[in-house]
Amino acid sequence: MSDTPALLVEGLTKRYGPDGPPAVDGLDFVMPRGATWGLLGGNGAGKTTTIGMLLGLLVPSAGRIVALGHDMATDRFAALARMNFSSPYVALPHRLSVAENLRVYAHLYGLRGAERRIAELAAQLQLTDLLDRPAGELSAGQKTRVALAKALVNRPELLLLDEPTASLDPDTGDWVRGWLERYRAETGCAILLASHNMGEVERLCDHVLMLKQGRVVDRGSPAELLARYGRDDLEEVFLDIARDRQRVEMVP
Amino acid sequence: MNALALRHAAGVLAARRIWGLMYRHLALYRRSWPRVLELLYWPVLQMTVWGFVTAYLAGLQNDVASVAAGVLLGGVLLWEVAVRSQMGFAISFLEEIWSRNLGHVFVSPLRPMELVAALVAMGAIRMFAGVIPAVILAFALYGFGLWTIGPVLVPFFAALMMMGWAVALGVTALILRHGAGAEPLAWSVLFGLTPFAAVFYPVAVLPGWLQPVALAIPAAHVFEGMRAALLDGAVAWGHLGAAFGLNVVWLAAMGWLFLRQFESARVRGALLNIGE
Repeated sequence: MSDTPALLVEGLTKRYGPDGPPAVDGLDFVMPRGATWGLLGGNGAGKTTTIGMLLGLLVPSAGRIVALGHDMATDRFAALARMNFSSPYVALPHRLSVAENLRVYAHLYGLRGAERRIAELAAQLQLTDLLDRPAGELSAGQKTRVALAKALVNRPELLLLDEPTASLDPDTGDWVRGWLERYRAETGCAILLASHNMGEVERLCDHVLMLKQGRVVDRGSPAELLARYGRDDLEEVFLDIARDRQRVEMVP
Repeated sequence: MNALALRHAAGVLAARRIWGLMYRHLALYRRSWPRVLELLYWPVLQMTVWGFVTAYLAGLQNDVASVAAGVLLGGVLLWEVAVRSQMGFAISFLEEIWSRNLGHVFVSPLRPMELVAALVAMGAIRMFAGVIPAVILAFALYGFGLWTIGPVLVPFFAALMMMGWAVALGVTALILRHGAGAEPLAWSVLFGLTPFAAVFYPVAVLPGWLQPVALAIPAAHVFEGMRAALLDGAVAWGHLGAAFGLNVVWLAAMGWLFLRQFESARVRGALLNIGE
């Protein structure tokens, strides 16, 4: 595995308009290869903007992103070929079948042996029986599995997931989380996860960045954060941060 | 690996990405017969209406094989080449917006110019799918063969397709800038150019102050050339050269505008929520 980190982010800042407040304000972090990190924060904390910049959809106002050793300002397409992304808020064409959708993305990522890869992913994600079904006719859980297959089609070394289990029932959500755990263990893929599901973050993430008003207000492993705030679960920690309640060590 | 092999490998990857986006649209047509019908509908309808008009005019002149009839029908069919090329490009881009798929497309390694290449190819496919049946029907119903223009028909087609793509690049740039509000331009913008493109009458018919405007439009030169071919049997090389020269300028200008608006959309965050 390469020595370069999965993500190196320095002074990352984004303002929409010259006089607007920063949506993301001076983010710094180095995410190692093979790690799973969580990006947490309330609505408007800057998660979507951060992910947009990491994916090259947004140009930062200041700062630098190096993904898998490629500077996103000058060499983003080389990085994008080795990354992928999944979000329930970005759809796949509904009229195309699952197989056709996966074929489109296999080609867009320049994959050789697309059919073999699609069959492999279909078997892993229990999609084989759905390959000929239009994507728009699938249930939420099936769509999530198809979106995951799309996100893994190029065997990414860095995977960005935006609320991967949003709107899924607990059973399907648990299946997806278990699958992601196994996938990371088997492939060493680094995963950056934005989620509002604190149980999911506790289960999957080695490290968490807590965002508020575009800044990292706290960071650490879930266990470190729980200890720091004297809480039993991350949801309470999240609320402490969102409501400006102080950390345990700061309480007199 | 030497430089030549690297360039070849990069070319293969680019071709694969372009095919990926084309495949997405072709698969859509395979699964949606109303979309296929829409491709044929307008070119055939336009040709049918104008065919009856020309047949009526030819009857008034007691000259069924009137050259004027050919000029009108030729104008209709060739103008459809530009219109369908423009709409094919712009609507293929809009399909990505409507399906909320652009977020996935733009985070793939597809380069903006590869996106343009795929849209150009889809524009060409859509144009041929719409115009070829209309050309065949014009011969079957009215005895007008567009091919009587001669081999110069090929560069006419090419020049009109290029103009369609240039306009579509401008429309797509406006959609990137203004979002869904600019969508109607994908259908309407070339119709607005029809009076100045000299489709059915020579540029000389226009008022003097309007003629320079018409002569800045590549299509006006194509239609002057078409009339020269049909009426005089001559190839108007000057007009043909002017059409291609203007197309190069239009494509360069609109390509620059598209790339500028694409980068501007990345700065403004418009790619995150385009179409909303």
